[in-house]
Amino acid sequence: MSAKIGINEKSTVHQPSITETPKAIAGVSTYLDDRLGAGNFLKRNLRKIFPDHWSFLLGEIALYSFIILLLTGTFLTFWFKPSMAHVVYDGVYEPLKGVGMSEAYASSLHISLEVRGGLLMRQMHHWAALLFVAGMMVHMLRVFFTGAYRKPRELNWLIGILLLTLALVEGLTGYSLPDDLLSGAGLRITEGVMISLPLVGSYITFFLFGGEYPGTDIISRFFTLHVLLIPGILLALISAHMILMWVQKHTQMPGKDRKNTNVVGAPFYPAFMAKAGAYFLFTFAVTAGLGTFAQINPIWLFGPYTPADISAGSQPDFYMGFLEGSLRLMPAWEINFLGYTLPLSVIIPALLPLGIIMTGLALYPFLEQWVTGDRREHHVCDRPRNNPHRTSIGMAAISFYGLLWLLGANDEISAKFQISLFVTTIVGRVLVFVLPVVTYIVTYSICIGLQRKDAEVIGHGVESGVIKRLPSGEYIEIHVPPADDIADHMLGKRPVAMLPGAGDGEAEPEGVPPKALRGPIGKLRAKMSRAYGGEKVAIDDGHGHHDDHGEHAAIGAGDGGHSNDKK
Amino acid sequence: MNRITARRRHPLARYAVLLFALALLGGVYTVAAPAGQSADAAIASGKVDDVAAGKKLFEQSCASCHGLNLEGTKTGPTLVGVGAAAVDFQVSSGRMPAAQPGAQAPRKQKYPWVNETTIRQLAAYVQSKGGGPAVPSDDAVDPAKGNSAKGGELFRANCIQCHNFVGAGGALTEGKYAPDLNSSTPKQIYEAMVTGPQAMPPFNDSTITPEQKRDMIAYIVEVRGQKDPGGFGLGRIGPVTEGLALWVVGISLLVLAAIWITAKRRQKKS
Ligand code: HEC
Ligand code: HEC
Repeated sequence: MSAKIGINEKSTVHQPSITETPKAIAGVSTYLDDRLGAGNFLKRNLRKIFPDHWSFLLGEIALYSFIILLLTGTFLTFWFKPSMAHVVYDGVYEPLKGVGMSEAYASSLHISLEVRGGLLMRQMHHWAALLFVAGMMVHMLRVFFTGAYRKPRELNWLIGILLLTLALVEGLTGYSLPDDLLSGAGLRITEGVMISLPLVGSYITFFLFGGEYPGTDIISRFFTLHVLLIPGILLALISAHMILMWVQKHTQMPGKDRKNTNVVGAPFYPAFMAKAGAYFLFTFAVTAGLGTFAQINPIWLFGPYTPADISAGSQPDFYMGFLEGSLRLMPAWEINFLGYTLPLSVIIPALLPLGIIMTGLALYPFLEQWVTGDRREHHVCDRPRNNPHRTSIGMAAISFYGLLWLLGANDEISAKFQISLFVTTIVGRVLVFVLPVVTYIVTYSICIGLQRKDAEVIGHGVESGVIKRLPSGEYIEIHVPPADDIADHMLGKRPVAMLPGAGDGEAEPEGVPPKALRGPIGKLRAKMSRAYGGEKVAIDDGHGHHDDHGEHAAIGAGDGGHSNDKK
Repeated sequence: MNRITARRRHPLARYAVLLFALALLGGVYTVAAPAGQSADAAIASGKVDDVAAGKKLFEQSCASCHGLNLEGTKTGPTLVGVGAAAVDFQVSSGRMPAAQPGAQAPRKQKYPWVNETTIRQLAAYVQSKGGGPAVPSDDAVDPAKGNSAKGGELFRANCIQCHNFVGAGGALTEGKYAPDLNSSTPKQIYEAMVTGPQAMPPFNDSTITPEQKRDMIAYIVEVRGQKDPGGFGLGRIGPVTEGLALWVVGISLLVLAAIWITAKRRQKKS
């Protein structure tokens, strides 16, 4: 396997044991080898090396919450009745006694208030669902900001985007199942978005709901989607994601002896397995802890769904919050044309931010390749500061998403902090355009500043805290070279690739540009490549002297702390 | 069995609810004259002293904004016809006398001179000038006598679009807001419905009958007194605080755990 991709793995933990197999494995593998011929497979794979940076564990939050979701979800299906048949409630909850409701809602109440452990399971299921999506998000951010999606991992990145999208749909369908008044509000918005689609809207809506909204089919249909179809696809995609990760091996942060051709870290067995096991237990503990101590989605307080009622403070779960925010931000625009109405006030906020973020994420690896012309394989990650444009684009996207998300709760913010609702909307409408730009600029300056700091540490060393008095009476602080591992980490920096023939730095290339860079698009591409690629601040290994060439190419503030330097 | 169910079935629970309601009500002595809608009625029921005392109080504390004859000024609306219920609601919740102008007079700490007697006197005075809805009787607002399930349906149909599922409150336009219903007494809830303070629409007896109002009071009082069976209620405002808890508690703990797990090894090595 390693031969195929040409990567050697190296363990730094058990130095002497790299070649010899631990007894525990040897026993099992011999046993299996004798019977299945699988011993070699085990031997090879149990020695698989995993990197040891903390951020590499974030994806596991999602993996483990998925397992918890399967377990708790199965429990819930034992009592849940996915039916919209009308019943009159006769359970233990006094304030709903005699109230008409769907069987789905009645059975969810039964699970919550009468089934032993039912409320705990429901709450854990819901918390795990939130954790599942949040885990994917933080994992994705780690992969994005370190450039771990680059060749050869673009496919796995796409699988990841698909997983996130499906998780949102899975969350939406699950959220609707109890058929309470809050989830009904979400369902109504979903229907509103669907029906607003030009031409096909009403057909799709009637198809999904089996007639006029809300009909009598939607809960059982969502149930099938929620417990069968989507989890099945999720499971398949997660497996593919893990297999690809296993085959392609991990990326790693730059550092001592870390090359494109190796992986430094701990072997799967025993070190990583122990860590992964512990981390599963942590995830389980957090889910169980939240499920026990923090009430989530108290459906008995919401009441049964009827399309006529709606509550103040109806919000979706957090991962849909940015859509809610964009919907609230949008002015009431619509186009009337030949008797047809195009409700821009619904289509734009429902599809545009989602489109920008999801499409942007999916295309980013390919756009980056197109701009940088970088088709090499990358197994060593970038520190975020060392690819300042990527980091700034990512932060700008986060600010855009975050603002919309925040505004999804603008009524709660308005009510709790006594800010006028109109003010939040108007400020939001301005900020949604301004904030990403400001974030971009600020992030870029910070990245360049950090790069300078690194260059300074490498060039001049770090402050030792020792102050010396020179015979002349002047005080200086002694600088010492940085520790080896820190220096190696910093020196792992590589310039961002640039299209050959795009010029260097700010300068346009001389002579005739290559074919791909002619014409308006080609020129734009070359320009973007010059801006995106190249070395903004050179990090030099030599002692004492700043690389002036690198220095003047830098953009941003500060003069690199020359004043401290009185050697 | 489930905890809240068990507690609700406890034989003492009924008395607890009753006691709770009585404790809320007990302190408040009311002008129990539902028929008395005019000055004549007030005089007839022997409240003439109240009216006279109320006039004095009104001139001291209210007339600057509402005018000497309740006709209203630039800083306050007319009070002709608002009725004793409006005065009782506004003054007993601390809203009146208003302190500073704003989008909405908030519930606040009452002035030292405000007590049952002065409220009754003020109410009698305003009632004597043009009538209006009277203060409800104790019986009309007794939560123990209402049907909370029926009240819940009415509450969801009429109130939650402003006040939220559980009466946690919500924002309205132009800087206004629907307050939470956690500190309203049963009487204030009733009065709010009949008088429709500020941005709230009035729900008169033909829209919602007095019995239905009592059902709704029963629902509001029961639900807000309920212990959350699932742990901390997180303010009972739904997914916003849940999402916050997820990131602030859940994800933070797991990130710390990841850092801790991976940091162990490095320490050993060095
Ligand atoms: C600083 C000016 C001010 C003072 C003093 C004041 N009010 Fe008001 N009052 C207002 C304003 C403004 C409103 C309307 C806005 C509101 O209710 O928030 C109002 C509303 C009311 C209402 C509700 C009217 C309706 O239509 O339901 C009542 C009743 C009332 N006041 C009674 C009183 C009484 C009794 C006092 C004296 C104890 C008093 N007010 C003192 C300014 C004042
Ligand atoms: C259009 C929105 C709206 C609706 C519908 C509405 N309210 Fe209100 N409610 C308000 C506002 C605004 C206030 C604050 C009035 C003020 O401060 O003067 C309020 C105040 C109250 C108060 C007083 C709270 C306190 O601080 O003591 C109660 C009780 C109340 N409402 C109950 C109800 C009930 C019961 C219903 C349903 C029958 C209802 N409301 C429907 C907007 C609404």
